[in-house]
Amino acid sequence: MTTRKTSAEPPAFDRFRGTERYVASRELRDAVNVAIAIERPLLVKGEPGTGKTVLAEHIAEGLGLELLKWPVKSTSKAVDGLYTYDTVQRLNDARFGDHDVSDIRRYIRLGPLGTAFTASERKVVLIDEIDKGDIEFPNDLLQELDDMAFGIVETGERFTAKHRPVVIITSNSEKELPDPFLRRCVFHYIEFPAPDLMAEIIKVHYPDLSEALMAQAVARFYALRSVDALRKKPSTSELLDWIGVLLRCGVSADALRREIPFVGTLLKKDPDLRAYTAGAIRLPG
Amino acid sequence: MDGGNLLVEFFFGLRARGVPASLHEFTTLLGAMRRGLHFSDMETFYRLARSLLVKDVAQYDAYDQVFAHLFRGVDLPPGIPEEIAAWLENPLPRRELPAELIARLRRLGLDGLLEEFEKRLREQRERHDGGDRWIGTGGTSPFGHGGYHPEGIRVGGAGGGRSAIKVAAERRFRNYRADRTLDVRQIQVALRKLRVLHRHGARDELDLDATIDRTCREGGEIDLVWRAPRRNRLRVLLLLDSGGSMDPFADLVDRLFSAACSMRHFKALDHYYFHNCVYENLYADMWRSRAIPTAKVLAEHDADWRVILVGDASMAPSELLAKWGAIDYRHANDTPGIVWLDRVARHFRKAVWLNPTDESEWRYGTGAAIRRIFPMFRLTVEGIEQAAGAMR
Repeated sequence: MTTRKTSAEPPAFDRFRGTERYVASRELRDAVNVAIAIERPLLVKGEPGTGKTVLAEHIAEGLGLELLKWPVKSTSKAVDGLYTYDTVQRLNDARFGDHDVSDIRRYIRLGPLGTAFTASERKVVLIDEIDKGDIEFPNDLLQELDDMAFGIVETGERFTAKHRPVVIITSNSEKELPDPFLRRCVFHYIEFPAPDLMAEIIKVHYPDLSEALMAQAVARFYALRSVDALRKKPSTSELLDWIGVLLRCGVSADALRREIPFVGTLLKKDPDLRAYTAGAIRLPG
Repeated sequence: MDGGNLLVEFFFGLRARGVPASLHEFTTLLGAMRRGLHFSDMETFYRLARSLLVKDVAQYDAYDQVFAHLFRGVDLPPGIPEEIAAWLENPLPRRELPAELIARLRRLGLDGLLEEFEKRLREQRERHDGGDRWIGTGGTSPFGHGGYHPEGIRVGGAGGGRSAIKVAAERRFRNYRADRTLDVRQIQVALRKLRVLHRHGARDELDLDATIDRTCREGGEIDLVWRAPRRNRLRVLLLLDSGGSMDPFADLVDRLFSAACSMRHFKALDHYYFHNCVYENLYADMWRSRAIPTAKVLAEHDADWRVILVGDASMAPSELLAKWGAIDYRHANDTPGIVWLDRVARHFRKAVWLNPTDESEWRYGTGAAIRRIFPMFRLTVEGIEQAAGAMR
């Protein structure tokens, strides 16, 4: 039998199974497990509020690994994820001469990817909202993600990952991602949960919720979502908040049949709210 | 047909349907299947192949259609068609593509694709000393398949039961197709393509490279260099048709409008309305109660503004071509609408027309005439993206 240097753990496909607090669809679990098995980044897209970002937290928790987060901003550069070189600090130190500036390593700080590549155990890296970055941002990461290795130009050092990290990338499709980047990813689109999956998600958060209230709340929620005229459709997280409010205020399932109390928890855009209170939005059913 | 052919057929079926699956991705799929990641199960194969070959939810529907079409009748539970399974058993040389695939590529004249793939393979080999991991399995034993263990696991949804073909045949992703008309967020995403970045404004960004350079030249005396940040400088002028024939599309135009307004992406966004065609007046409101001379609007917006006209471009020929032709009989226009449209087109460097109706509607008649003045695109995700491309 040949030994492989990259993975010490015994091969097993079904590594990620969701966690107690995160309900993953079969599709999502498969995509995560494929990405882990073939050691490619997993690119996750989906409507806001479908749990793209928390997914990485739960993968890390499910696998018992540490999570390193890298929230991408419009000013982020690909190299920041590997390391940053604090030139200004070094310049300053050189000027005032109160530190030893000959050792460049003192001014190198590893980013989340750099940390994962140099770590002695496997990590989960979340590259959150990659589409917020510059158009070239994903392309600049290609080589490092392919090789799982990087060099520090300033010191000439080179690091290769001992344990290829599990890389989760989320995108809100604000920008289109480049093809070469997409080719290397496993892709999954998180669909908006169907009512039965939604019921499970709710149960995880509110185990004591009565069947009647659950059924009525889910029905009202999906009716509201089906209204095409809405500027912003309510998401899962808003539904969960809303149910929290209903419980705290002791609203009955019966009352839900007549109206949607605390509709402001679900509708966040002013025109939507006004249209609803003015009776312009008619719910089916 | 043997199994290899079926998979190759699948690959080309996807490409024919506009799913840009590459050979790179196809070999990744073959590699994953060789490792048994499809668990000899059609449903798992459906998800595995989708996650590796399709990278855009807009193409999920095309994937479903190809899948349902190709694998119809082979969905005999439990599992993957025997011919595919048998084909996968054949240990293919790691770096070679199936012969069927190569023959098919040549027949279709897609040799270029093959060359590019081989080039990439060579590059990878050089870079990694032959040790790249993205095709082969490198001696991993196939993962045992024995289903998953239900203890402590939360599997969402009903799960199981439904066959992959049925799932595909449901075409749940129909609504995500790019050629469908769209919601506010999709429009915003499409409009984001419309941007031109320039360094502009106050010099408040430290130019580190120049600072270091200058500081070195000054012999270590720190000399900070500042520059202006990059910003999108595009200004957009929306001209919206509020005529009666646009009523069926009022919702759609409203969505486009609210998408454009809520974007902080443009440097400026102005909008006016017109009725069927642009004449000497534009209107500040949808009910056309506040008229503003078109000449004034042109004077206030220089040639750099990008103009998007939205309308069905459908009217009586006289409304477009004749003096006094405006639909509103109180409105005496001494200049035909087409002249005004032409003036708008000449005034601005880039202007496009978005049309909510089907392309067949503007092949003839006034639509065709207006199309000669403005590049015309459909009011869909694809159309807006093309329009944005034309206006950059």
